[in-house]
Amino acid sequence: MSEHRSDLEQRVTALLEAHDPATTGRAAFLRARWDAGLAWVHFPVGLGGLGLPRDLQAYVDDLLAAAGAPDNAPERNGIGLGMAAPTILAHGTPEQHERFLRPLWLGEEIWCQLFSEPGAGSDLAAVATRAVPDEATGEWVVNGQKVWTSSAHLADFAILVARTDPDVPKHGGLSYFLLGMREPGVEVRPLRQLTGEAEFNEVFLTDVRVPGDQLLGSVGEGWRIANTTLNSERVSIGGQAVPREAGMVGKVAETWRTHPGRRTHGTHQRLLDLWVQAEAARITGSRVRQQLAVGAPGPEGSATKLVFARLAQQLSALEVELLGEDGLRYDDWALTRPDKVDFTGRDAGYRYLRAKGNSIEGGTSEILRNIIAERVLGLPGEPRVDKDVAWKDLPR
Amino acid sequence: MTADTLPPAPDLDLLATDVETDLRRSVRAVLAKTCPTEALTALADGTDEVSAAAWSALAGDLGLAALLVPEEHGGAGAGPREAAVVAEECGRACAPVPFLTSAVLATDLLGALGATEALGRRAEGGTAALVVPAATRSAQGWSRGAAVSATGGRLVGDVRGVVGLPADLLLVPVAGPDGPALHLVEAGAEGVTLTAVTSLDATRPLTDVHLDVPLDGAGSPLATGEKVTAALDHALATAAGLLAAEQAGLAAWCLEQTVAHLSERRQFGRVVGGFQALKHRLADLYAEVGQASAVAAHAAAALAEGTDVPVSVAVAQAFCSEVAVHAAEEAVQLHGGLGMTWESPVHLRLKRAKADHVLLGSPDAHRDALATLVGLPGPEAG
Ligand SMILES: Cc1cc2nc3c(=O)[nH]c(=O)nc-3n(C[C@H](O)[C@H](O)[C@H](O)COP(=O)(O)OP(=O)(O)OC[C@H]3O[C@@H](n4cnc5c(N)ncnc54)[C@H](O)[C@@H]3O)c2cc1C
Repeated sequence: MSEHRSDLEQRVTALLEAHDPATTGRAAFLRARWDAGLAWVHFPVGLGGLGLPRDLQAYVDDLLAAAGAPDNAPERNGIGLGMAAPTILAHGTPEQHERFLRPLWLGEEIWCQLFSEPGAGSDLAAVATRAVPDEATGEWVVNGQKVWTSSAHLADFAILVARTDPDVPKHGGLSYFLLGMREPGVEVRPLRQLTGEAEFNEVFLTDVRVPGDQLLGSVGEGWRIANTTLNSERVSIGGQAVPREAGMVGKVAETWRTHPGRRTHGTHQRLLDLWVQAEAARITGSRVRQQLAVGAPGPEGSATKLVFARLAQQLSALEVELLGEDGLRYDDWALTRPDKVDFTGRDAGYRYLRAKGNSIEGGTSEILRNIIAERVLGLPGEPRVDKDVAWKDLPR
Repeated sequence: MTADTLPPAPDLDLLATDVETDLRRSVRAVLAKTCPTEALTALADGTDEVSAAAWSALAGDLGLAALLVPEEHGGAGAGPREAAVVAEECGRACAPVPFLTSAVLATDLLGALGATEALGRRAEGGTAALVVPAATRSAQGWSRGAAVSATGGRLVGDVRGVVGLPADLLLVPVAGPDGPALHLVEAGAEGVTLTAVTSLDATRPLTDVHLDVPLDGAGSPLATGEKVTAALDHALATAAGLLAAEQAGLAAWCLEQTVAHLSERRQFGRVVGGFQALKHRLADLYAEVGQASAVAAHAAAALAEGTDVPVSVAVAQAFCSEVAVHAAEEAVQLHGGLGMTWESPVHLRLKRAKADHVLLGSPDAHRDALATLVGLPGPEAG
């Protein structure tokens, strides 16, 4: 590991010498960083990486941040970086790698995820959006409706799961596409959340044409590929060691320290209990990272999202109570369309409401429990009534 | 305190080394052989055919009594990380051995106070026990309730609920006229009365100690003053940190056994473990157990590095105590009627978990400590 580090340090130094962040434009610096293989070091050479262990990225990021170099604003393209990129890398053709990965990393093209539909959320394999081949042009013609699509209003491309064969059982009839969000027939409407803002959207797809070379993998392989995406989503764990009291627990602790008059014995006990749990989650996260670094991901990883969601909800709920009548004031109900997700930004009331999404987005806590119980603990699967039935014959 | 003065978290190595993995394998194998369930349950009926055999295998064959004794005193010179591996296995097996009380707690105290001769005897397998109430969390906590005094040329007092006895040597903290002191008293000395009491956790005996020993018999104290307080605090923190490993091991065993049982047991024409209500409880427990293991590893690493000890230990105790009890309670419930029986190994873990919950400070006591350590004072602070 340490020889990788000294090699990376040299590469970073060379990059900084050739492109002084103080005098180099942001875009030019990011392009040079990509070319140096320092974009995501675990990607292959030529695709922004060096084929090194994934956790070394944090080391590179730290070095560059310390030198005042610009980053690629990862918070603005979470789905692109966390989900689309690993899926395209794993299942894409060399041409697709060439076409999509670089602009994605540079933040020139923002991505969203067109999975969920009004009739298919947890049961993702039930999607009804159709993709039909047009023999004459080699294109696909897509029709359907997607929902709860984060960042669709900003996105240039989408990862899309659509039905290409309704005559086989549901998992077998899906295909995976890379769809241009600026194409004719794509309509994005803001969908207001309980926080007041519209972070996600409804997306209506009407005769949208997707070029044949934007099918990812083969026809009918959509379910398997979608699982790559979902696994990336669930294990996408930050590279850095997290400081004590980072995130939601820090917010509550700060409120506690600055509002001595609001303290009660009951809230004190709850706060200390949650502080311990947050510290336990932080320590578990660092062990998961250490395991990843030596290439042996431990099973704990699959439970981190479950734990994180519950903690965020309990901590933010406590904070609203602590604030008393101040907790009743909400900062702003305006319908805004934010360009990034900020779980800990804004006021306590917002944090409380936004945290409710943590146990729904990216797979509900109930679905995660099923996955842990079945795939990790080896308990029997749920009874399946839809297994051998063609999708078109399923009750809807 | 503001967030700026919060003790920063060190970046500790939480992965097992090859040495630790080998050690775990041998300890597990020995305990599997020496601690059968029937023998452990018989302890509560007053039949002890297990403690001596188990300890002699651990202390004699594997040399674990001397694990934390420095090499120059005939020990293995290992550290808290290795001790945590042993403690974790003792928790899994519910082993009735004085590893935590003698090889960890007493040995750490003797080492800190430079008792070379006494350490040498620990290395040869001799046992020792600290004579304080089982729930003692810190030296301060002990001195508040200090029951033994050295007056009129005699060491006199009663200490209820001591763990780690029978043992060869008693380590007796005393509130002397010149502040705290630590006396070493042979368990067989005249004037020592040990009364075994029935323990909730029969695998960890509980003893009431009555002392009325002439001071010349007990010799001069091993140490006096602040040194004793500091050494006691260190030893109690070390033991509490390694108790977390025991609790993590116990919790992991409970989860594994419960999953195994529910994967076999059929009701309503199905394997019971296929019911979602149970799958979800086990998934939650799985998340807790994984975290307990990481948190215990963190406490052991902090002790080994001598960094962040107070916070790491308090977090580990507050967290792992609760997880162990939860895991054991879930295990009993999900084993159904079987879980309620004397024959099942599950109740042994429940009793051990609940006793561990109290031992060396309850989770509440450790959370109280954290309130000060991390700057989250209670309402009374204004
Ligand atoms: C803030 C936010 C952002 C999102 N962003 C996106 C996005 O960008 N792209 C996208 O495609 N989707 C997105 N989603 C949608 C999200 O993935 C779905 O909401 C989620 O998968 C759950 O599906 P559902 O809403 O249809 O709930 P349902 O599946 O209808 O579930 C309803 C309830 O039943 C429970 N349930 C369902 N099935 C089971 C089962 N088998 N066992 C036990 N309980 C079950 C669920 O846990 C839930 O409590 C987002 C959601 C939120 C909240």
